[in-house]
Parts: sequence; C-alpha cells; structure tokens
Amino acid sequence: MKKRLQWFLWAALAVLLIGGGSGMAMAENGEVRGLRGQVPLNGADQAAEPSRWMPDSHGLPRNFLQQPPLVPHQIDNYKIDMRQNKCLTCHSWSKARENRATKISLTHFRNRFGTELSDVSPQRYFCTQCHVPQKDAKPLVDNTFKPVDAM
Amino acid sequence: MSAESLLGSRWKILAGFFMLGILFWGGFHWALAATNTETFCISCHEMKENVYKEYRETVHYYNPSGVRATCPDCHVPKQWQHMIVRKIQASNELWHKFRGTIDTPEKFEGKRLELARNVWYTMKTTDSRECRNCHDYKSMDFTRQGLRANDFHERGFSKGKTCIDCHKGIAHALPKGMTAADDTSN
Repeated sequence: MKKRLQWFLWAALAVLLIGGGSGMAMAENGEVRGLRGQVPLNGADQAAEPSRWMPDSHGLPRNFLQQPPLVPHQIDNYKIDMRQNKCLTCHSWSKARENRATKISLTHFRNRFGTELSDVSPQRYFCTQCHVPQKDAKPLVDNTFKPVDAM
Repeated sequence: MSAESLLGSRWKILAGFFMLGILFWGGFHWALAATNTETFCISCHEMKENVYKEYRETVHYYNPSGVRATCPDCHVPKQWQHMIVRKIQASNELWHKFRGTIDTPEKFEGKRLELARNVWYTMKTTDSRECRNCHDYKSMDFTRQGLRANDFHERGFSKGKTCIDCHKGIAHALPKGMTAADDTSN
C-alpha cells in the first residue's frame, strides 16, 4: 500500500514537471503572442506607436464587391445617437447634393423584412458599424487577400 | 477755522474719495474677473453635471495644441461694453438658479431646446463674435484646411454665413426636438 502511494506521488511529480515545462516552451516559441509581444501583463513596455487618421481624400477603393465604402475623411467626435447623426448632416438624401457628398444607398431605407421606409431604417442608422475611416497603422496580421479582377 | 486748515481738510477729503474710488472700481473689476472663470461657472451643479461634462469631450477642451477655450471665452463677450451687458443679463440666471428652474437633469433636458435657441440667436445676431475672438476669418489659411473644411468655409463665407450657422452642437450635445428651421447650415 505504501509502495503504491509512493509510486503514485512520483508519477504525479513527473506529469507536473513535463506538463509545466512544455507549457513554458510553447510560450517561448511564441505560439501564443500578444500584440505587445512577450511582455508579462504587469511588465513595463513601450507604448504602441501612435497612428493617425488618414487625411481627407476623395473616396477609397473597395477590396471586394460587398464592402461597405470606407470613410475617406476623419470622423473624430462625430456623434451618432438618438439626438443627432453627424454623418447624415451631409450624406442624407436631402443634404448630399448641396454638400457634394455621396448619398446613402437606397438599401438603407429597407428594414430587415424588406419593407421600404420613408427614412433611414433604424438598423442602418449607426453608420460606423460598417463604414470606417482608415489609419496609417500596419496590419497586425499578414494576409494575401487580393480583390477579384473585376474590381 | 483758518483758510489753510480748510484747504488741508479739503485735500484730505479728496484723497479719501480717491482711495474709495480705487477700492470700489478695483473691487468691481475683481468681481467681474472672478465670475468670468470656468471654476465659477461649474460651481453650480446645473453647469457641472450637464453642459460641462459634454464640453469635456470636445476639441475646445482637449486638443493637440493644448489651447483651451473655457466657458467665458464663448459665452461672455471680451469687449467691455458687450461684456457688461451680458453680465447684467446674467442676473436672470441667478434668479432661475434661486428658483431651481433647471436643477435636475430632466428639467434641464426639458429646457435645453429653448436655452440652446437663445444662444444660437445671440450668436447669429452678433455674427458669432465670441467665436471670432479666436477664429479670425482673415487669418484662416484655407489651403491648409482639410478638403471638406476648405470647400465648406469658402462657400459658406461667400454666402454670408456666420460660424454658428453650421457649427451647432460642437461643444455641447444638441437638444432633442430640433426642427428644420433650426438647421441653418444650407
């Protein structure tokens, strides 16, 4: 009985050592890597380099057919809430021509049941859910995506 | 009483009035300056809990250059004759503070449209004087503005627009219930 317990304890110790060691090795190999690199959560690290919003331009190319058009200008402090929608002060149908802005798509007046509404559908009201401005930040992950030739 | 002592006392009285004058005028100006600070404005919770909180998220509070426009920069004229008029009007605000007209967020929201319209009306009639204390049209380099700012400013100024026509709700949230007439941007 005593021998059995002893054997069990040795086995447990071995499992612990091997398991812990391999876990450490995995972290060192960089398989699980945070955006800050291998810095402990409470460790000191340099702050990420600040990135800037792209300066205003006239429209950005799309990368795939169904892509919501990107916002080619800064939208800092643009409020979209119950009282106001700063985007629609230029991009609404009544304002777009005067402000030389792109008007929002006709599809934005349709709700999820396909009913055409007289104004922007509430589910399309929050512009920045799909339409985003761009920063000069490097992509965090490389990818080889290419648009189709038709684009 | 001899003529000499009478003359002496007259000088003393004059000097006394002179000193009093300095005290009163100095005190008056001290009071004007003391009530023309952000600290004074937000010493009332009506300002601190509503408009001040909203203002803290805007560019006039926090920006790259670190220049800040505080409450009186926009809401109290710089020129003496206009400033004194605004200061007298402010006694009405004291009255409403005393009555508690907007002493809860709900009451404030209820009055916000009316209050905002008052400010817009004033700014429109003064041709956005307080904006222009800092933002001088003649000092603007349009070529260094963004594409949109350049376009809008040139067309807006040529149409005779004033700052507040387009720049409503830049330092505070817009009120609920605005009508098409409140939108003067076009």
